[in-house]
Amino acid sequence: MADVALRKVVKRYDDVEAVRGIDLDIADHEFIVLVGPSGCGKSTTLRMIAGLEDISDGDIMIGGDVVNDVPPKDRDIAMVFQNYALYPHMTVAENMSFGLRLKHYPKAEIKARVTEAARLLDITDLIDRKPKQLSGGQRQRVAMGRAIVRNPKVFLFDEPLSNLDAKLRVQMRIEIKKVHQKVRTTTVYVTHDQVEAMTLADRVVVMNKGRIEQIGTPNELYHKPATRFVAGFIGSPAMNFIPCRLEEVGGTLQIRLTDRIAFALPPARAARYNSLPRTEKLLLGIRPEHLTESHAHLGPGIESFDTVLDVTEPMGMETLVYFGLDGTPVCGRVDPNAGAKDGAPMRLAMDLNNMHLLNEATGVVL
Amino acid sequence: MADVALQPNRVGAAQPARKRSGLQKALKRKSTAAFLMTLPLIILITLLVLYPAFYSLHLATLNKSMQRFVGFGNFEFLFKRDTFWLVVKQSCIFAITAVLFKALIGFIVAHFVHNIPAKGQRKWRGMLLVPWVIPPAMSTLAWLWLFDPSYSAFNYTLSFLGIGPIPWTGDAAWARFSVILVNVWYGAPFFMIMYLASLKSVPDQLYEAAAIDGANWWQRIWYVTLPMMRNIIAITTLFSLIVTFANFDIVRILTAGGPLDHTHIFATWAFRIGIEGSDIPLGASVSLFMVPILAVAAIFILRDVNKRGNEA
Repeated sequence: MADVALRKVVKRYDDVEAVRGIDLDIADHEFIVLVGPSGCGKSTTLRMIAGLEDISDGDIMIGGDVVNDVPPKDRDIAMVFQNYALYPHMTVAENMSFGLRLKHYPKAEIKARVTEAARLLDITDLIDRKPKQLSGGQRQRVAMGRAIVRNPKVFLFDEPLSNLDAKLRVQMRIEIKKVHQKVRTTTVYVTHDQVEAMTLADRVVVMNKGRIEQIGTPNELYHKPATRFVAGFIGSPAMNFIPCRLEEVGGTLQIRLTDRIAFALPPARAARYNSLPRTEKLLLGIRPEHLTESHAHLGPGIESFDTVLDVTEPMGMETLVYFGLDGTPVCGRVDPNAGAKDGAPMRLAMDLNNMHLLNEATGVVL
Repeated sequence: MADVALQPNRVGAAQPARKRSGLQKALKRKSTAAFLMTLPLIILITLLVLYPAFYSLHLATLNKSMQRFVGFGNFEFLFKRDTFWLVVKQSCIFAITAVLFKALIGFIVAHFVHNIPAKGQRKWRGMLLVPWVIPPAMSTLAWLWLFDPSYSAFNYTLSFLGIGPIPWTGDAAWARFSVILVNVWYGAPFFMIMYLASLKSVPDQLYEAAAIDGANWWQRIWYVTLPMMRNIIAITTLFSLIVTFANFDIVRILTAGGPLDHTHIFATWAFRIGIEGSDIPLGASVSLFMVPILAVAAIFILRDVNKRGNEA
């Protein structure tokens, strides 16, 4: 077990910079998830930690030692690949013990470790099968077993669940979390799925275009995103961004969305945004769950308005409603019994206590 | 909008009364159509493979003038002759040594080509395939000139190093070496291209997993590359073994079996006896002797392939 540190790590391919100077500290026992759209450099970062890619610039440290030039086998890491990368000609037990056999561990210890890992992952019955005879989920368990038996300093997961169907993915997600709770090995996990990131991570690292956008706990990222990218990436359906401006009417600070719709800001928000120039082009960031059906008695900071719905999507436990505000598409979440219908007028309420205000030009959350 | 329902049996059901003849029914069957479509190939194989094969079986049982049935007489005669056993030995040495080196060189060269960046790879692949695409009768003529004892490029070059002249085709040992060398030169590109295709199909992540598991370069080849290539290696080896065993042109042109029959293999000796020596039944018996040897090899190699066929 060890901590991992990245210092100004850069990866260049000819003229293209895939990773542009990343600084990241991963504590011992921590479960870190790198998340971002494809091409953001998250897999490259993971492969640099593994030693499968050379580092163009910067330092990577595992357990305090700089490992820039240390080959993968001497870094004491284990990796789980997207397509499992099990050796097709070896049985499950041989696959799991391959690394230990190469290191000439005593046979008894190899057997004990494989048995223990198989028990942990509930694959004891499959130990003599070949990978071809296993389902996707079982193969994934074997791939994890191969990582566990090595008892490495760091686990690296490269999109391990993206080849599984939706139901199995949820199941394996829980499985991975359970395993981490038991073995407590420092883990770096790469995914493009923000739900996986939110559910698994102690801390999430959101990456975009080779840079880190924000590092934080899942709740921090959700409730206090630092940039428009993070605000839009985390959460499903994504946060709405509505062009707006601030104006002062009779001493109260208002936010104007359209010619018709303007809301007075709650006192806490008004104090926070008061210093902003009134001419600045802004975006109101509001999550769909803070746009719900209106009630007779609305709490402080919750403002209602009338709109005409374009489309509704009943999801069972909630109904997603889509409408336009001066041409900007907006999504809200209402109670399935609120009577939302395609093309029908509806009165909605916006919870401004959970709003975000962004600079339209820079994308920074103010 | 209208409701749509499929009624696939309607056409058939509309004319139930009409009786079809047996031939029409047979033609409608899928298996009949399949048989008819493969018929041209079946006829071709019957004419060009099965008929000659059975005819040579028949020939092998006749006497020299092809008038009298002698049963296994030709084989009994062959078994008593030293030259026959020399040819058996030489065929085995020739085929096994040549296939071994072709496989080894093909494997090594395939690795080199595999590691060439994609841009230049096509060029190299093309150049390395040249020996295999030139008709062997032509390229062997070029080798014959290279091997010429007095004026050849080889001996001329070696003379600067104070070596030689080497009797490339004149001495039994050197002649065997020469025919094997030319056969390896001609056949190695085939192994190279087969192994290269096989290498390209090994997923990179297996090597990465092995690298993380702690395998060094040699262990990656031994534990990942070779097991992943096993089927291709087996099939290529069998195929090449058959072709090399039955080789004719290289030996025929380079040494014509000499010196003193020391480079004869089954095909060239069968030709010498059957065509040049006018004893066609005996020649047929010699060439038939290849069948059991190759059959045993085929059974061994293919059994292993079947066993592992569904692994990956």
